[in-house]
Amino acid sequence: MWIFNFLFKSSIGRKLVMSLTGLFLITFLVVHLIGNLQLLYGDDGATFNQYAYFMTNNPLIKFTSYGLYFFIILHTIQGLMIAFFNKQASASKYAVNTNENSSWASKKMALLGTIILVFLFIHMGDFWFRMKIGWISYVEYPGYDVEIANLYERVVITYSKLWIVIIYLLGLLGLAFHLNHGFASAFQTLGLNHKKYTPLINGLGKAYSILIPLGFAIIPIYIYFINR
Amino acid sequence: MDMKLRLKIWRQKNAESKGHFETYEVNANEHMSFLEMLDVLNEQLISEKKEPVVFEHDCREGICGSCSMVINGRPHGPVQGTTTCQVHMRTFKNGDTITIEPYRAGAFPVIKDLSVDRSSFDRIIQAGGFISVNTGQAPDGNALPIEKEQAEKAFDAAACIGCGACVAACPNGSAMLFTSAKVSHLSLVPQGQVEHSKRVQDMVAQMDKEGFGMCSNTGACEAECPKEISIENIARLNRAYMGSVFGSQK
Repeated sequence: MWIFNFLFKSSIGRKLVMSLTGLFLITFLVVHLIGNLQLLYGDDGATFNQYAYFMTNNPLIKFTSYGLYFFIILHTIQGLMIAFFNKQASASKYAVNTNENSSWASKKMALLGTIILVFLFIHMGDFWFRMKIGWISYVEYPGYDVEIANLYERVVITYSKLWIVIIYLLGLLGLAFHLNHGFASAFQTLGLNHKKYTPLINGLGKAYSILIPLGFAIIPIYIYFINR
Repeated sequence: MDMKLRLKIWRQKNAESKGHFETYEVNANEHMSFLEMLDVLNEQLISEKKEPVVFEHDCREGICGSCSMVINGRPHGPVQGTTTCQVHMRTFKNGDTITIEPYRAGAFPVIKDLSVDRSSFDRIIQAGGFISVNTGQAPDGNALPIEKEQAEKAFDAAACIGCGACVAACPNGSAMLFTSAKVSHLSLVPQGQVEHSKRVQDMVAQMDKEGFGMCSNTGACEAECPKEISIENIARLNRAYMGSVFGSQK
């Protein structure tokens, strides 16, 4: 069918899939960060645990989360297939490479994406998977009929190990470089290049790629050094 | 001023053979163009009864796009917005070693030495890079009013000489800058509107068929283009292609 030919066979359509799923993941990161900053609230996780309970039980959010998993998988598979195809299309390497004409991140998107994917598996294993199979303690809060998973405690235990904190920071560094190119690139692929707006989008992309990973990085650093 | 140079040049017998670098010494002059310097080398090789280096050239005035080669890692050499033939030896220093390679891209197989087969570009043009009009007298210059800014954008895109530096510079071997320039210069003026939708789909389909890579917006093409074509054209092609796929019956 034409729509599948467009999205998965034509070069521009395949890139459009990368752009749209990428922009969805970019919006997700903002929501994820705002939610997680509640870990720093200083009430032994009461606010965060209740928020996490809401996020895992609200049907609308559950539905959106399936969309999120789907888009992550689509972004990964499509991205890796594009990278393999491009590797063939570029043939052999030059003996001299100046690297003056483009940024490092823009040429290493697949590598950075793979680092993020590996990090995602570790991250999901640390929290989501443990919660799914019940390797977690539960806590009671007034106003709830059931005991709620104490995800806050899990986070504190996880971030009390230095090597895990370092893995998280490395994952976030990969994310920062991936976003440094990906944010503005998504708009260019959509066909949005404008004399007045493109400089704004580029600036916003650079700021986003620093501030969002930095915001996430504060959490393990704070917990490891201050809130043990 | 005379200068002594060491040239590291890619020698390859044909598309099937492997290819390797060979080093030559050449005496040049700072007033020579880069191609004249290669002429001197070839004269030298011929007098030594050796095979001269094959490289493409035609107009030698920066408008034909033939002189495709990668000089010290940069398509068309170190001077911004300049073709190889317009690079002069005064850009280099006496005693320099210069590495000269052919364009390296899957869709541009090496024919011999520095010469590559760029007929894939011709086939992209044949797929839709034209307008159908009745021939006859040249029309009056201002018979068809076109807004100045629009006409200039079209002209900027039309400055593309199809040299392939964009593909050579691209880490993905993508031809998006070339195709987008060729689509843009026709789609920005009224004469190109009739066949616009079909042109966009046909040219992109041919580009994909030729095995060019996919654009990842690195901007390397724009940085190396001797005619300084902007990647704004790539965004325009993306818009036009989506518009054509979703907005037409085809």
